[in-house]
Amino acid sequence: MHGEAAGGGGMTTKLFGEPVRRREDPRLLTGQGRYLDDLGTHALEAAFVRSPHAHARIRDVDVSAALDVDGLVAIYTWEDLPALLAQPLPLLIPHPALTHGRTAYPLARDLVRHVGEPVVMVVARDRYLAEDACALIRVDYEVLKPVVGVEEAARSARLVHDDVPGNVGAHLVQEVPSAAGLGAREAIEAAPHTLSFRLDIERSASMPLEGRGVYARWDADDQSLRVYTSTQTSTSVRMAVAARLGLPLPKVEVIAPDVGGGFGVKIVHPWPEELLVPWAAIALGREVKWTEDRREHFVSSAHERAQVHSVRVGFDDDGRVLGLDVTILHDHGAYTPYGIIVPIITSTQLPGPYRIGAYRVEFSSIYTNTVQVTPYRGAGRPQAVFCMERTMDHIAAHLGADRTAVRAVNFIQPDEFPYDQGLIFQDGRPLIYDSGDYPESLRMLKELIGWDSFPELKARAAAEGRRIGIGIGCYVEGTGVGPYEGGHVQITSDGRVHVSTGLTSQGQGHETVFAQIAATELGVPLERVSVVTGDTRRFGYAVGTFASRAAVMSGNAIALACRKVREKALRIAADALEADPGDLEIADGEVRVVGSPGAAIPLATVAVLSNPLRYAFDAEAARATQFAGASSFDRPPVAEGEEPGLEGRDYYSPLRSTFASGMHAAIVETDPLTAEIRILRYAVVHDCGNLINPMIVEGQIHGGVAQGVGGALYERMVYDEHGQLLNASFMDFLMPYATEVPFIETAHLQTPSPLNPLGIKGAGEAGVIPVSAVIASAVEDAEGIEIDRMPISPSELFDLRRSAG
Amino acid sequence: MKPAPFEYHAPRSLGEALDALAEAGADGKVLAGGQSLIPMLNMRLAAPAHLIDINRLTELATLDVEPGGVRVGALARHAQVERSEPVAAAQPLLRQALRLVAHPVIRNRGTVVGSLVHADPAAELPAVLALLGGSVRLARRGATRDVTAAAFFTGPMESATGPGELAVSALFPLLPARSGTAFREVARRHGDYALAGIAALVSLDDDLRITVARVACVSVGPVPVLVDVTEVCGHRPPASAGWDAAARAVQDRIEPEADIHASAGYRRHLIGVLAEQALRDAARAALDA
Amino acid sequence: MTDIAITLTVNGVVRQVEVPGRRLLSDCLRHDLGLTGTHVGCEHGVCGCCTVLLDGEPVRSCLTFAVTVDGHDITTVEGLAAPDGAMSPVQRAFAECHGLQCGFCTPGFLCTVTALLRDNPSPTGEEVLEGISGNLCRCTGYQNIVKSVHRAAEIMAEET
Repeated sequence: MHGEAAGGGGMTTKLFGEPVRRREDPRLLTGQGRYLDDLGTHALEAAFVRSPHAHARIRDVDVSAALDVDGLVAIYTWEDLPALLAQPLPLLIPHPALTHGRTAYPLARDLVRHVGEPVVMVVARDRYLAEDACALIRVDYEVLKPVVGVEEAARSARLVHDDVPGNVGAHLVQEVPSAAGLGAREAIEAAPHTLSFRLDIERSASMPLEGRGVYARWDADDQSLRVYTSTQTSTSVRMAVAARLGLPLPKVEVIAPDVGGGFGVKIVHPWPEELLVPWAAIALGREVKWTEDRREHFVSSAHERAQVHSVRVGFDDDGRVLGLDVTILHDHGAYTPYGIIVPIITSTQLPGPYRIGAYRVEFSSIYTNTVQVTPYRGAGRPQAVFCMERTMDHIAAHLGADRTAVRAVNFIQPDEFPYDQGLIFQDGRPLIYDSGDYPESLRMLKELIGWDSFPELKARAAAEGRRIGIGIGCYVEGTGVGPYEGGHVQITSDGRVHVSTGLTSQGQGHETVFAQIAATELGVPLERVSVVTGDTRRFGYAVGTFASRAAVMSGNAIALACRKVREKALRIAADALEADPGDLEIADGEVRVVGSPGAAIPLATVAVLSNPLRYAFDAEAARATQFAGASSFDRPPVAEGEEPGLEGRDYYSPLRSTFASGMHAAIVETDPLTAEIRILRYAVVHDCGNLINPMIVEGQIHGGVAQGVGGALYERMVYDEHGQLLNASFMDFLMPYATEVPFIETAHLQTPSPLNPLGIKGAGEAGVIPVSAVIASAVEDAEGIEIDRMPISPSELFDLRRSAG
Repeated sequence: MKPAPFEYHAPRSLGEALDALAEAGADGKVLAGGQSLIPMLNMRLAAPAHLIDINRLTELATLDVEPGGVRVGALARHAQVERSEPVAAAQPLLRQALRLVAHPVIRNRGTVVGSLVHADPAAELPAVLALLGGSVRLARRGATRDVTAAAFFTGPMESATGPGELAVSALFPLLPARSGTAFREVARRHGDYALAGIAALVSLDDDLRITVARVACVSVGPVPVLVDVTEVCGHRPPASAGWDAAARAVQDRIEPEADIHASAGYRRHLIGVLAEQALRDAARAALDA
Repeated sequence: MTDIAITLTVNGVVRQVEVPGRRLLSDCLRHDLGLTGTHVGCEHGVCGCCTVLLDGEPVRSCLTFAVTVDGHDITTVEGLAAPDGAMSPVQRAFAECHGLQCGFCTPGFLCTVTALLRDNPSPTGEEVLEGISGNLCRCTGYQNIVKSVHRAAEIMAEET
């Protein structure tokens, strides 16, 4: 079924939209994947001495005891770094509101600002020996009192950075007045009903099962550097490495091999190690590798989510929101390498599928002596949706109305698209929803979960002494942010199709879905298409894989590149077949004259003809040589405006983001005695436009929901007042196992995006976004106690019951 | 996360092992299943100079039902004990508890005696040994001693095993006639250490009245907390026993502490809930016995 | 702390190697024997990525010293396929049911499930959950992994 290309090119074959099995799987299932630590068998290995203190001044580093360690090769501190490398790391996404952006040095210069900050780099024959040396290095610290907790930091006199007053890195206000010109605060004052409340979300983290890792090879003869890194953006790492090591860009290549999960943390770059490992490889003239261990990942990569939200809302008797005013304190940790993307997304995605009368949002981004905060799957949206959906539930409770009815009365209607929310989104462009059908989505969800019959179910459970509750959460997700991605497609004279794109893969199945797109566009069997991602040797221009953008961005770029190649193939074939290009189609890897069986030429031959040759290296190539008689004498072998080869490159650069949406509902049971919380059912209605591969989209949703369940019921980063992360292991940071994740029931709605040729929207983050809101809503329904902080543990539910009396 | 270097010893007999341990003294550490020790070595939270690996001592891979109880040798893996039908028949609490010990793959490697020596107050097996009044047999060069559970667990992660000593086996006494057991716990995730747990034992006389009712509590003290509630229950048939009063009596005896997963108050509450449930389960089992 | 010569039978092949006493079996397999299919996700025994079969039973290779298993049989993910390279029913079921995404945890699941279905060829839903309960996956949400295990049981039943 997979290779059947029915009909011509375009969208008429069966490949686009089919649950095609993944082409990555055979290698990954047989142990033949190539993850970072699978490479560089003979490389030297690095380990780091990392700060045990949350805030301290480094007085002295004494390495003498480590010098005798067998197999030690080198020890580096900040003082050893060359000038370019001794600067603070780049601030990747500057923003006018980020008035006090701060980044770390690759190795701490004189101050450390969180536990885990790298201070000394050790290179040795293997990791065991490198750790032995680390254990013998003595760093003399003057311990300073840290600032921990975002509210504490916002009012503390102690500073994370001496030159950042009030620990405020950024402050931003966006306000959208009502149609009548009222500001949000005025609209709230004028509303028939008002409510105020506070909502908290705790820290979590991406926590891919493969940590970070870097492996560098310096070719001294060629004066070139090859870097492998477990990253979500190899092109940008390449530019950063070239810039900070002072190398010509063409002499640096960066490759993302198989990557064992990213979920956001690997879009941050260059990590200190991504600069230090290549630098050491050059300095030592040896291959060097660093494979992050789990403890390092907890304390020296990045976290997300922690925010405190103060909400004030005004609404009418039907629950229509007339004014919404939200103030956010965002915990940024010690540094801001990724700018203020997370709170920007929270503040702009907060209105969700609703038409808000007047909206004002204000956030302050606060430094604390903790691990830095950068996007984790969902990137600020789980917090946003928690705010908006809790608000809808509060309104419903206040009015005694059905929670879905309150949502329905506020929905943007299908005939209102494009809908301008009046805000500036994370890509610096206007936030305008392109398409969607929220009432239909809600109808489907209510049917799927049995919303209307739930009260009977609840009453029956109550009669048995059981407590159950139902909850709902709706979201809109800006996906496929620009600025661009590109695709390159080459058909070689053996008929193979080679597709490459610059962005990377971390398990999303890009080799499969991009091949589906190419096979569909070109009319070739899927088996003939191979896809390479994240390898700067193949494609040098890219942004990266994050923000649910890969399918939208590279998918469309590859489709456009294929269309160029297709057009060229038809042109060349038309010549050879003496037909009009308009009468040709491509199917099964052949260009055919429509309606003339037998009049066909394989794409392989077209590829041969596309490249006029002097030399024949095989019989097929001989057909393109100068005495083969294939070319016409009235134009040059390579005509003006043409290039040799059957290949094409194109870019997709959208006007703005496309907006996917979805709605989730859950039924939970809370144990009246033990306060344990169990999810009995979990239902998802999801709309990401046209589906390239429904099997893969479902997989993305499942995985997202599981992470959402983790964030709602299990995962949090617990810091003590000294800035020590108390649960820096998988024993105490509770990621769900199979036994904690419910069966997920899904339904798809497809409202194609009008913004791109394939009509698709992103799907990568969707699953995680509303889960905390949904579970809070359901637990609240079961318990009759307001749930305003997530995650919630049985112990916390027990304490809430006590204080509720 | 790689272990610090150590001198590795691979004795082929108990005698060789005891010699190696004697020589290593306080610098020696025994490696059996390694499921608790190796994480600590990998994190360099422990760095013994000598590691005495007893995995070749097949003479310790024993599992016997003796008149006095189930004797578990130092190399008997959790899974082996869990799957043994004779053991389940002789002392059902072992299987009831072992099913709650971590995950199946960990149980393939971890040993019962190793769990006892590790003496984690959040672990199930120390509570089982305490509840049943079992003992651990400790051998050193030239001497062997049996230490009762009450004396064996001396503090969190501390046991009576001295330098140069090897725990060669543990004895889990059999149940008296008309007795039942149960194990109940609440963990954050399936397989995690319990936030609170209860092992319970109830024995009945010929008139089916309670003669013994006691529990051992997990995760609410420095060592397993053994509470005898026979008197509180009254010498009554299970149907009219004062289980809730018994549960309150258990709650009064524990000293739970808060940690990142649960407040002290929640742990105390859970112990009450679990004690009542486990005692009722155990009494039901005793009636069926 | 001299290296110790050990002999392991890995995927049916006798391999001799000299390692320090502290060499974790996971590192020995990956770096000394070049079998990088076994992955290391936490090195404290929680994630299950490093699970291999030791004398047929699944164990954590990060919680096992290579020297301890001198003389024993080990099967890694590289050894699950048939000698001719044909994927095992468990491997095929994972491909069919989309039981993997990034693939990093997959070798541990495959080894665990291979032993599970050998011991219990038609497990109930509960037994499947219990069987895989010690393996973390951050990508799939487990639903398709559970489906894969049931499907593998079906394939095995069909093929015997």
